[in-house]
Amino acid sequence: MKFTWFNLMPWPHLPDDFREKHRSVWVDIPSSLYDPVKGHELYNIYLDELEYAEQLGYDGIGVNEHHANAYGMMPSPNIMAAALARRTSKAALVVLGNSIALYNPPIRVAEEFAMLDVISGGRLLAGFPVGTSMDTNYVYGDIPALTRERYAEAHELIMRAWREPEPFAFNGRYTKLRYANCWPKPIQSPPPIFIPGGGSLETYDFCLDFDYVYCYLSFGGYKRAKQLMDGYWQRVKDRGKDLSPYRAGFAQTIVVAESDAEAERDYREHIDYFYNRCLHVYPGFADAPGYRTIKTLKANVTSQMTQQALGDVSNMSWDQLVHDGYVIAGSPDTVAKQMKELITGLRVGNIFCLIHVGNMPKDKCMRSSKLFAEEVMPQLRDMWPEYSNDDRFWVHPLGTHANRPAAQAVGAG
Amino acid sequence: MKSRLIDVAGRHQIRVYEGGRGPQLLFMHGAGGLLANDPFLARLEQKYSVTAPLLPGYEDSDSTEPLRTMLDFTLFGLDVWEALKLKDPILVGHSMGGMIAAEMAAVSNTTVEQLALICPAGLWLDDDQIPDLFSKLPFELPPLLFHEPEKYGALLSAGGDFNDPEFLTDFLVGNARRMGTAGKILFPIPDRGLAERLYRIRARTQIIWGESDRLIPPSYAAHFVSGIAGAKLTMIGEAAHMVPYEQTDAVLAAIATLHN
Repeated sequence: MKFTWFNLMPWPHLPDDFREKHRSVWVDIPSSLYDPVKGHELYNIYLDELEYAEQLGYDGIGVNEHHANAYGMMPSPNIMAAALARRTSKAALVVLGNSIALYNPPIRVAEEFAMLDVISGGRLLAGFPVGTSMDTNYVYGDIPALTRERYAEAHELIMRAWREPEPFAFNGRYTKLRYANCWPKPIQSPPPIFIPGGGSLETYDFCLDFDYVYCYLSFGGYKRAKQLMDGYWQRVKDRGKDLSPYRAGFAQTIVVAESDAEAERDYREHIDYFYNRCLHVYPGFADAPGYRTIKTLKANVTSQMTQQALGDVSNMSWDQLVHDGYVIAGSPDTVAKQMKELITGLRVGNIFCLIHVGNMPKDKCMRSSKLFAEEVMPQLRDMWPEYSNDDRFWVHPLGTHANRPAAQAVGAG
Repeated sequence: MKSRLIDVAGRHQIRVYEGGRGPQLLFMHGAGGLLANDPFLARLEQKYSVTAPLLPGYEDSDSTEPLRTMLDFTLFGLDVWEALKLKDPILVGHSMGGMIAAEMAAVSNTTVEQLALICPAGLWLDDDQIPDLFSKLPFELPPLLFHEPEKYGALLSAGGDFNDPEFLTDFLVGNARRMGTAGKILFPIPDRGLAERLYRIRARTQIIWGESDRLIPPSYAAHFVSGIAGAKLTMIGEAAHMVPYEQTDAVLAAIATLHN
């Protein structure tokens, strides 16, 4: 099993009447609610927590990209990863990821990811999300019905830029470069690639075409993810691919204390803050028309951000959130038991541990992270013994493994 | 009104509604498409020989090569004109269709001779901004589109029930196809440079606007009038963005000034 300690970097100072006064935590939240002096303190706390996670033995430390979003303070995850690259030495830098359709020209992603991989000695794990409709369409203005075409072209450019030994001309529809030339090149050829998906059928196939890792990053918890992940694994079978659990990853909110009662006492308010305040997204921003393909809509897959998909979390008690698996909470044994259900039920080899939650202070976050690392992770480490040698989907830092041959690994890109 | 599927330039297979007798009239629909048994077209066909093509993404109109840019949409309109061998039709466009019609008249300025733009999109005023149509929920649309939302709002859902999962899926799929197409020229801001091309329009032009239009405010009308040489303006009271449906007689009278 691979465990990545993930920090969304939420803004913890949303007022108590936020839901009444504002329609959305995302896209049109007034930036007057942001205080840069508090932000200074927060960035440094959050980076401290990520560095601490490496000390605790997490395999990866994770950052992601959101725009105009009060539960994610990282419009540029690469800046966070660069800070971490210099202060860590073992953990994979899990950048999940860069919304490649939004970089102009997208070769910028090939360059910055190469820089991160070189600085860190081959520890970069590269995520290529299409990006949510909130980020990609509403905040960054990308035309919804063209987003996927632009994404596919950006992917082709980035992979070629990493692969080609000489400058080449790239005549795309959206990007035209007479001299496409990625300098520097990444140490890993290429870094492992993780694709966040929300149930698009095309994304299943995209991952399988290139042997990328399919990641379901939901806040809905593992019980509600079963149907979607079953759909993915069915597709893996249909395509005749091997069933390595390392082909898949899942994000789960987790809080650990000495006992179940202590978990509720200490973490309840932070869970409330996240689910009831941070996920307050105006439904009109959930899915710009044209963003999802018709094939996906016809399969009746709704956005993970709709009220329907999330359930009405705003009125959910701690008991409901825990019972329905939105949150895995409790003593180390309680958490380990549910984590086993998650790992086997969804057949995942990668867990993105959302242990910092909402407005959780640093001391509680560190305690929960430590208990998970020391008392839960050891119980879960060897859940996929038959795949213990499968290192195709993880980083290959300098000095640990020979790098994979570039051309074969990148495929037809 | 009768309809049929036609091929356009080997790139699009689209539905076109046709009917009526009289002067030829080519109608370009807005972002919402045509309404069920479209009442405005029904009135137009009493006076004109009407041709109303549906853009790819509307009903069963589709493309083998998708429309992406404003030029693609403009050439699509001109290709339909050519495919149906229309002769000097009055070109009428509503909302997004007005934007496309204006572009057609600017690009092909020796062929488009009579032009009616009904609260057209295509311009952007920082001081009087057009609301974000793409983030609106269905129930938010009628007040934006109609002078009397209670009276006409039901036209939009054609009587469907949003609590019925099957209807809802069909609606979401249809809406994604329609607005996905519309977004290519309207998202996130409905400006693809038309202001810089209005000067090319030589057609006799009527600008028609509903006085209480809250989607594209009437302040935009003056910019179309000043941008197009000789354009005349008809402002219509007790009507909003859906003026063709709310004040059909007045809109027909304004169009008639182009040929009477």
